[in-house]
Amino acid sequence: MKNKVLIVSAAAVLLVLGFFLGRGQYKSSESARVSDVLTTSGSTLVRDYSPVLGEPNAKVTLVEFLDPECESCRLVYPHVKSLLKEFHGKLRLVVRYAPFHGNSRFAIKILEGARRQDKYWQALDVLFNYQPQWGSHHDPNPERIWGYLPDEGIDVERVRKEFTDPAIEKMIEQEIADGQELGVRQTPTFFVNGKKLEELNLEGLRAAIEKEL
Amino acid sequence: MGTERSWNLIFISWFVASVATLGSLFFSEVMKYPPCVLCWYQRICMYPLVVILLLGLFPLDGKVLRYASPLALIGAGVASYHNLLYYKILPQSAAPCSQGVSCTSVHIEWFGFVTIPLLSLVAFGSILVLHLFAYRSYRHEK
Repeated sequence: MKNKVLIVSAAAVLLVLGFFLGRGQYKSSESARVSDVLTTSGSTLVRDYSPVLGEPNAKVTLVEFLDPECESCRLVYPHVKSLLKEFHGKLRLVVRYAPFHGNSRFAIKILEGARRQDKYWQALDVLFNYQPQWGSHHDPNPERIWGYLPDEGIDVERVRKEFTDPAIEKMIEQEIADGQELGVRQTPTFFVNGKKLEELNLEGLRAAIEKEL
Repeated sequence: MGTERSWNLIFISWFVASVATLGSLFFSEVMKYPPCVLCWYQRICMYPLVVILLLGLFPLDGKVLRYASPLALIGAGVASYHNLLYYKILPQSAAPCSQGVSCTSVHIEWFGFVTIPLLSLVAFGSILVLHLFAYRSYRHEK
């Protein structure tokens, strides 16, 4: 009996130990892989078509992989904007997409349509503001977005026409491929001057930016 | 002798269930692969086995097979279905997960054929086989 307790305890310890060793191993190899991707191909992180907010030649580039339908992205967005204000001229935001939700593509296509009218950031505000209405988990209804767009003076008819543009679809595929390459599995995921923020934490984000200044 | 053998077999099945549990947690919590709906159903069957089988080991209680095997059987059923979808033997339109995470998106593919649903099926299958042998030895002993 005593022996058996010993065997089972040893097995349990072994399993848990293996889990945590594997975890450490995986984390370090994954971060090595991502930094390898970043050094060999800089364009994976920032595409030339990517929307930029703030000083284009700023010292610090904050890349955010976001999803317009993601609640955390909605919560974090005002903080990102206030960081842009606080580090005015020294910080720029680059938006990348990680469409992880059911209606993310729908929302992204609207964003990209609005971008062609120079209303990108207004449209992003609208999407985040009204997200509980159109992107609720219990009753998602992306069609509602159309009704909110005129608030910001966005020409809805034009967006509707460009909605099915295959170029936008192609761009979204590129975004997804880049995100996978960079190990983006959650939104929002931030990169500060090419360094991935491992944990989503506003203080950590500010600290990472200040370190680069 | 018979109880010794059935103890060993139940112990091995507990070990398999523990490896499967920790492995699935590794995929979701460390590698951050979101579990799909079918994966959750399989987890519901797998995770309790770790506790139930352990309790059946101290002291050895053959009845544990009666409580644990149905879970393993249901798990194997869901895993079989998942594999049929995954390897495209059943059409994707039959998949119950139209929204959220697709049950057929491939996350890992070791040696070109080992995938997460296959690992699950192997785990449930081997637990069932072990239980079958454990049941025989336990009955024999009694």
